[in-house]
Amino acid sequence: MSTSYLTEKITKALAQGRKAVMPYLPAGYPTKEAFWKHIDDLDAAGADIIEIGVPFSDPVADGPVVEQAALCCLEQNVNLAWILEELHRRRPTIQAGIVLMGYMNPFLQYGMDKLARDAARAGVNGLIIADLPLEESNGPRKLLQEHGVDLIPLVGLNSSPERLRAHAEEATGFVYFVSVMGTTGVREALPEQLQDALTQAKQIFPIPLALGFGLHAPSQLQGVESVVDGVVMGSALIRHIDSTGSVGSFLAPWIDSQ
Amino acid sequence: MKKGYFGDFGGRFAPELLMPPLLELEEAMARIMAGEPFQRELADLLTHFVGRPTALYHCANLSRELGFGLWLKREDLAHTGAHKINNTVGQALLAKHMGKTRLVAETGAGQHGVATATAAALLGLECIVYMGAEDVVRQAHNVQRMELLGATVRPVDSGSRTLKDAINAAMRHWIAEQGTTHYCLGSAVGPHPFPLLVRELQAVIGREALDQIQARIGVLPDQVVACVGGGSNAIGMFHAFVPHAQVALIGVEAAGDGSPGCCHSATLSTGTTGVLHGTMTKLLQTVEGQILASHSLAPGLDYPGVGPEHAHLQALGRAQYVCVTDDQALAAFMRLARTEGILPALESSHALAYALKLTGTLPQTANVVICLSGRGDKDLEIVRQELLKREG
Ligand SMILES: Cc1ncc(COP(=O)(O)O)c(C=O)c1O
Repeated sequence: MSTSYLTEKITKALAQGRKAVMPYLPAGYPTKEAFWKHIDDLDAAGADIIEIGVPFSDPVADGPVVEQAALCCLEQNVNLAWILEELHRRRPTIQAGIVLMGYMNPFLQYGMDKLARDAARAGVNGLIIADLPLEESNGPRKLLQEHGVDLIPLVGLNSSPERLRAHAEEATGFVYFVSVMGTTGVREALPEQLQDALTQAKQIFPIPLALGFGLHAPSQLQGVESVVDGVVMGSALIRHIDSTGSVGSFLAPWIDSQ
Repeated sequence: MKKGYFGDFGGRFAPELLMPPLLELEEAMARIMAGEPFQRELADLLTHFVGRPTALYHCANLSRELGFGLWLKREDLAHTGAHKINNTVGQALLAKHMGKTRLVAETGAGQHGVATATAAALLGLECIVYMGAEDVVRQAHNVQRMELLGATVRPVDSGSRTLKDAINAAMRHWIAEQGTTHYCLGSAVGPHPFPLLVRELQAVIGREALDQIQARIGVLPDQVVACVGGGSNAIGMFHAFVPHAQVALIGVEAAGDGSPGCCHSATLSTGTTGVLHGTMTKLLQTVEGQILASHSLAPGLDYPGVGPEHAHLQALGRAQYVCVTDDQALAAFMRLARTEGILPALESSHALAYALKLTGTLPQTANVVICLSGRGDKDLEIVRQELLKREG
């Protein structure tokens, strides 16, 4: 199998002596127009992979900030067809890898087969489905892989070594490690067990490991720098946009300080 | 059949972080719940705490008016006033054996919240109940009951502020607190093993009803009827009758005000297949997969999804699902009160309203058994306001 574009993106960042930076923003936030401007700005600011949130009415794995943002997008009638169409048009000028992150039902209603085709055509490199655990993932993964789209697994502090190994056998692109036992949303401190859990996961997965949920400052990575290959920021970015109206220098501390 | 599936429905579409507790629960069902000591302990609680078996009551007055035999399986007589207690006593006992110290639950009508708070108090567990902000107002009386029982009620202000949003909040809580907490899910919905677990704990309703009706009339009933919100009282009622093909199984859903396109709760009658709250089932949703807000006069039926086993029984043609409007349910509520001296829950009134529509269509010898899932005391404020509205 050829190397995944997402793996390549992360490897390149690591070669520059820094971690891959992966901002997350729900599609259409805060408005349909502004969203694409923010994507361009994130891309220009050096984002390695951009995660585009596909809004869902009942996001059980998300905290209040992301949930509110997703509902705001739904009020503007954002849907997968619009996301994929716009992306298809704009993709040639975006350098970053593109991942869609969402919940099973909107993907299912679009049709997994059609999704795999249209996502690949629009230049989507990977998919994260928050409510699709290992046991149910085989069918969707095969369909996506046929079109060169990675299905990125989410794992966490409570994932047993057996489950991590089972994931590692299937996963391509990168693995997303959820930093906290809970939903998305900024936390001051990350849990103590994180260092050991990440070290274990790092040994099991042959692909890069990204850390997400609760991140807002590079100082939070103290102690886990050596095992984390990429970082995902969602709620912190949404708050930044809410208070300043632009992406501005949001990524700078993550890119410059490293 | 695929693990955790009923035909094409069911499964486990939950975040990876919920897989360990779901597997732990599945394992506990096999190791603890299937064992004889647990079953003995549960049977003892059902008899002496819950008050089982509940009566099977022959409605002599209504039967004369309808022209066939009408029977009520009186879950309204169970402790706390609804079938929900069968499930919560079982799950609380299992949680305790699993070493959990806290129950988290969601509630719509408040009946499941009250039943969870009751079981938690009995077994010495802490209890937190999420409830849509809208339902907190509609079912204020039950909020007070839960608080008196020592539970903490947390209003949920997001989304449609009803049951589906309370489930989202309870699942989030469970993700974060899974070490100490059992999620005491209130209906036969959610990721595997919940639909199976809840069905096993509610199946006592149908087992008793089957024995009782045979003891009374010596034959099986022609129809067995229950209201369907998430579908727990209905699946509990149906389960023992499923193998008896000559017994028609009828699930009654809420059609709200009945206007086409209005928000209603008739998931099996008008919904499409999708994934919500961890399970593949029938849903009220847009073509793009966004979940629609439901509506019913009966808060316990106000849910845009349904248990996956019902979707399967419908696909098989083994059970039929019909709808009843708010008005028809309210009329049935009034009629049972006046003819038999029983105030049914508005949820159960939907099942009754279906039976009332059968007037003149069945032979005198026919027998229809309805699951009277709960009592109407909790609904007095809703009924009072509706009657005022109708009087103009
Ligand atoms: C009295 C009563 N009946 C029925 C229901 C509907 O739930 P289910 O379909 O799970 O039995 C409820 C739910 O709150 C209820 O309180």
